[in-house]
Amino acid sequence: MTDSKYFTTTKKGEIFELKNELNSDKKEKKKEAVKKVIASMTVGKDVSALFPDVVNCMQTDNLELKKLVYLYLMNYAKSQPDMAIMAVNTFVKDCEDTNPLIRALAVRTMGCIRVDKITEYLCEPLRKCLKDEDPYVRKTAAVCVAKLHDINAQLVEDQGFLDQLRELLSDSNPMVVANAVAALSEISDTSPSPAAQMEMNQQTINKLLAALNECTEWGQIFILDALSNYVPKDDREAQSICERVTPRLAHSNAGVVLSAVKVLMKGMEYVGMESEFVTTLQKKLAPPLVTLLSSEPEVQYVALRNINLIVQKRPDILKHEMKVFFVKYNDPIYVKLEKLDIMIRLATQENIAQVLAELKEYATEVDVDFVRKSVRAIGRCAIKVEQAAERCVSTLLDLIQTKVNYVVQEAIVVIKDIFRKYPNKYESIISTLCENLESLDEPDARASMIWIVGEYAERIDNADELLESFLEGFHDESTQVQLQLLTAIVKLFLKKPTETQELVQQVLSLATQDSDNPDLRDRGYIYWRLLSTDPAAAKEVVLAEKPLISSETDRLEPTLLDELICYIASLASVYHKPPSAFVEGQALVVRKTQLPVRSASGEPGATGATESPVPQQVQPAQQQQSVIPSHDTAMGDLLGDLLSMDLNPPQQQMSMTPAPQQDMGGMDLLGGGLDSLLGGPSPVAGMPASQASMGGGLGDILGLGISSTTYVPPKQVWLPASKAKGLEVSGTFSIRQNVRYMDLTLKNNAMAPMGDFAIQFNKNSFGLSPASALQVPSPLSPGQTADVTLPLGTNGPVQKMDPLMNLQVAMKNNIDVFYFSCLIPIHLLFTEDGQMDRKVFLATWKDIPDSNEVQKEVANPNQLDPKGLSDKLQQSFIFTIAQRNVDGRDMLYQSLKLTNGIWVLAELKIQPRSPTMTLSLKTRALDVIPHVQQAYELIIANM
Amino acid sequence: MIHSLFMINSAGDIFMEKHWKSVISRSVCDYFFEEQQKANSPEDVNPVISTPHHYLIHIYRENIYFVAVCTTEVPPLFVIEFLHRVVDTFTDYFGDGGETAIKDNYVIVYELLEEMLDNGFPLATESNILKELIKPPNILRTVVNTVTGSSNLADTLPTGQLSNVPWRRAGVKYTNNEAYFDVIEEIDAIIDKQGSTVFADIQGVIDCCVKLSGMPDLTLSFMNPRILDDVSFHPCVRFKRWESERVLSFVPPDGNFRLISYHVGSQNMVAIPVYVKPNISFREGGGRFDVTVGPKQTMGKLVESVVITCAMPKVVLNMNLTPTQGTYTFDPVAKVLTWDVGKINPQKLPNLRGNISLQSGSPPPESNPAISVQFKIQQMAVSGLKVNRLDMYGEKYKPFKGVKYLTKAGNFQVRT
Repeated sequence: MTDSKYFTTTKKGEIFELKNELNSDKKEKKKEAVKKVIASMTVGKDVSALFPDVVNCMQTDNLELKKLVYLYLMNYAKSQPDMAIMAVNTFVKDCEDTNPLIRALAVRTMGCIRVDKITEYLCEPLRKCLKDEDPYVRKTAAVCVAKLHDINAQLVEDQGFLDQLRELLSDSNPMVVANAVAALSEISDTSPSPAAQMEMNQQTINKLLAALNECTEWGQIFILDALSNYVPKDDREAQSICERVTPRLAHSNAGVVLSAVKVLMKGMEYVGMESEFVTTLQKKLAPPLVTLLSSEPEVQYVALRNINLIVQKRPDILKHEMKVFFVKYNDPIYVKLEKLDIMIRLATQENIAQVLAELKEYATEVDVDFVRKSVRAIGRCAIKVEQAAERCVSTLLDLIQTKVNYVVQEAIVVIKDIFRKYPNKYESIISTLCENLESLDEPDARASMIWIVGEYAERIDNADELLESFLEGFHDESTQVQLQLLTAIVKLFLKKPTETQELVQQVLSLATQDSDNPDLRDRGYIYWRLLSTDPAAAKEVVLAEKPLISSETDRLEPTLLDELICYIASLASVYHKPPSAFVEGQALVVRKTQLPVRSASGEPGATGATESPVPQQVQPAQQQQSVIPSHDTAMGDLLGDLLSMDLNPPQQQMSMTPAPQQDMGGMDLLGGGLDSLLGGPSPVAGMPASQASMGGGLGDILGLGISSTTYVPPKQVWLPASKAKGLEVSGTFSIRQNVRYMDLTLKNNAMAPMGDFAIQFNKNSFGLSPASALQVPSPLSPGQTADVTLPLGTNGPVQKMDPLMNLQVAMKNNIDVFYFSCLIPIHLLFTEDGQMDRKVFLATWKDIPDSNEVQKEVANPNQLDPKGLSDKLQQSFIFTIAQRNVDGRDMLYQSLKLTNGIWVLAELKIQPRSPTMTLSLKTRALDVIPHVQQAYELIIANM
Repeated sequence: MIHSLFMINSAGDIFMEKHWKSVISRSVCDYFFEEQQKANSPEDVNPVISTPHHYLIHIYRENIYFVAVCTTEVPPLFVIEFLHRVVDTFTDYFGDGGETAIKDNYVIVYELLEEMLDNGFPLATESNILKELIKPPNILRTVVNTVTGSSNLADTLPTGQLSNVPWRRAGVKYTNNEAYFDVIEEIDAIIDKQGSTVFADIQGVIDCCVKLSGMPDLTLSFMNPRILDDVSFHPCVRFKRWESERVLSFVPPDGNFRLISYHVGSQNMVAIPVYVKPNISFREGGGRFDVTVGPKQTMGKLVESVVITCAMPKVVLNMNLTPTQGTYTFDPVAKVLTWDVGKINPQKLPNLRGNISLQSGSPPPESNPAISVQFKIQQMAVSGLKVNRLDMYGEKYKPFKGVKYLTKAGNFQVRT
């Protein structure tokens, strides 16, 4: 006797039969009938026609029957809202039953009936249940609030359920607390309104910590997740939270463990960097993480994705645990690949021998994908651990000897990278590589091999023959190979001009005349012109020295890593993307994403999260080392290759170096150049400064003069001579190459020479402060004028000024101290990373209440078109996110960011041939709006 | 949280769906099927799949994919753990969690899912609470139910749900009070060609069967608790006392449960109790296979239930072998060789040797097969863990106590 009997009736008139049975007098028959109805429902049959008959069965004392009817109701109430009202009375009655099980069941079911009409009847019973004497009912009611919020958020807020829910956070029963936390977090995740946000203060935290020890495992996960959103006041509080969370690491539920890891990883950020406490805590983190790896493969996968983040952030935690990441042959492929990745991250000089032996073992496995990844891994090890490079190369050679086709191809790709990293060291193996030329059939491998031949053409006797053999099928090759072949032959020509002239002619004509690929054609033309006008220059360009390949090419960007650390244990940590990049309708509350900002002396990559007041240019210089993606993306590879090989004349690198404030690496700089070279759209994001700095470089060669810098207001007299014993100070502010300057003109109107100048700023709204001492030619003789520039930092002490943009300055010289004040033009504070992602922009725009929107008519005296406007504005770091045409008017959507992290969103309505435009600004900080409006007017008027 | 659950069998049929919020169309599973097609084997489907509007998180057990659909950011481990708990519950209720069992008990499955989650939040996942709410099916009860008209559903509030010890129901009564503890250790290891250990660690658990009346409060102490430095506890264990005194103090759930699981890391030396000497070679058209098994560090205990499995390369057509003991089978479809050895007699080492035949015309395989080994050793915990004593407080009677040790192979692989 099993339930399959409910599925056997498929004959005609089934619904009719069921109807009869439902209305039968016999209790037993009724129940059987309801069971049959439910069974049909679960397999997706439509039994909604029986609604009234089933609802009639609801009035019963039999708990099982009641439950079954509830199941049915939940499923069909939506399609039969009018009928569902009939059920309301029973619910209200059940909510007052003496049996708490029935009360809880009723309040649970109520929430599942997703019909607007009914919800309003449910508020009263729900309110009562939230205060029920029985904790079981209270905890069920807490979840019901979340359900109701999902159906009708406004109703929940209006009825004050959110406050009731917050009260439950201090309930005496831990289970109730846990459910209240869960409900509140879900509500705040889906609702943008500030009323729905969960406020956390010390008291709530203490209550949560107390409940943590006693509630169910699931409740612990909710509570831990909520705790991780709390920003501790000081390191002592952070420490005490960590201490109380640590025991959770010994829980048998993997979810609890990982959520606890999250709280601890975040907590450690708030405790001092080098403290004893952090060291001991790090030791405690290793065993539970290792234990996760002996659970089910799905758990392992999620754990490994998170461990990948953890070893990037704190490599010390797992440095001795290499062995647990060794791959077992029956691990699912997704586990294998993750383990491999972590093994490379953990590889050091000490354990490299072990790792290599393993990798070699994996390279003989069955799964092709995995074998390829293993071979790549060997290459990555070579690049990462210099001492082991030789051993890696010989391992790769061994693998090439196996002649297994895909192993050979993969090995050649990685050997190319090794050549890049250690030039002039392993070239002796080239002959072995050349032996395998024939067997290469994948574009990646072919391109790599061609690159090697071109790069070392002078050492390969028959390089021309080899390349010629590729040329025969030029048009059948993939673009990647074609581009590489073109470059390689040009290199060969420059190295052995006498015997290869014909070859180079051939390839240039193939690339420029017979190809319809624009990239290929453009590159062909550039070479052609270079070669025909100035072969010496061509040599310098094409055979320029390449930047070394970086050892950790696949590391996450430090800011992204910091953000992801806050999302450990969540989906974001599995995707390695911030939730804003994939979660739909996620309220864009920045609550989770903040790690504390550390002083600039902290380890590289530890600088603040998204909203850090540390301006972009103080980013550690590490990024300066040009990072060329090694092989993960074919395109990136190509680009890097092209850039480094062809467009990187040494003198240009020279011109870059004196600008230490340049935070973009050479790559970016050239990226901009490349785009314009290839005639693509001019670079959109954050490039103006770099464009400016390369003004004399490639831009000029190709006749693309670029004039830019932000708008600089004319100098004003800030301190008249009459007030300062003969010293007259006039000045203005400017941004050049991402550094903010105060440009001053000092004039000595007195009779005696002046000297010993110094300057100091009062606390101000945006933390502006002098970044270096004032350099004035001293002494300043009578009648003499000196132009001085003072670089400014933006991480000085902050105090809100009135007026907002006021800056009080004290200037000292050998005569006296003088005080004056000036107004900072707000566009000085716009940052170059003010371009918001399109989606983020949309969501943020919606997210900011309409009351924060201010409109203004702005003059457009030059009647610029949208394109011109956005180009100009971008030079002042106002970025156009999107452009739209509505009813003949152009709308520009723009974003900008201030140095202190305030975002301002703008919508610019442009009427063609009209001297004015409408500017709507939206921001959370209303104070800045008038200043931003002013900045727009100034910038536009002075275009 | 968890929005919906779909169960998909190996044929790709969605044979059960459950929605805890609004109904999500089955078509969402198409994304899953897409991923599934890319995978080489059923186990290889990535457990977390993102789609434009939903996230699919699944586990693969009993040849069924249990696919949970989420719409918001959730902790994936929470979902995975929960899904495993669901399958555990099914197994607990129906004996196995397979498709037939689920289909045969459709209504109970539905009721269980309903009780386990509310609006995507876990509600009751403790087996003893669930069993009070929904009685597990058995033949006798089904007969009784049909005769008397009573049901599987309880009509009382499960008391455990509200108490401070939600894992234990009140009013437990036994005539024979007994408590059994099984210390079971599994060795995970990778052994290389030369027989040296690449990696080895021990996963241990203490499984209990406690049938004691009333509210007993137990304390379990060990001779050498220092071995346990990486442990996960059942919620009933008082963590504070473990931290301070290294004893396990707890009010046990009623019946079978896992008290702790522990991990003895790779830093410690692990005694490997068996060795396997493989000698496999391929040449054009065939090859030789010769494997010997023997005991290593067994502390004088007998190694039993030894089974050797070897996944052969795809080009292997058949194998013709002779075992000195036990029986062997070769599955020509899955290319898996299984040799059921039985006990190892140290005087006469078991050996399996013979010829391999390959598909004609295909080159000898480049990769060597890996061997996985299973074995059992009674009355020994390989880590050396020993229970010292068990004390009971809170109740008057004298319980019967017993401890058993067992060591077995977990993921024990030998490379060839």
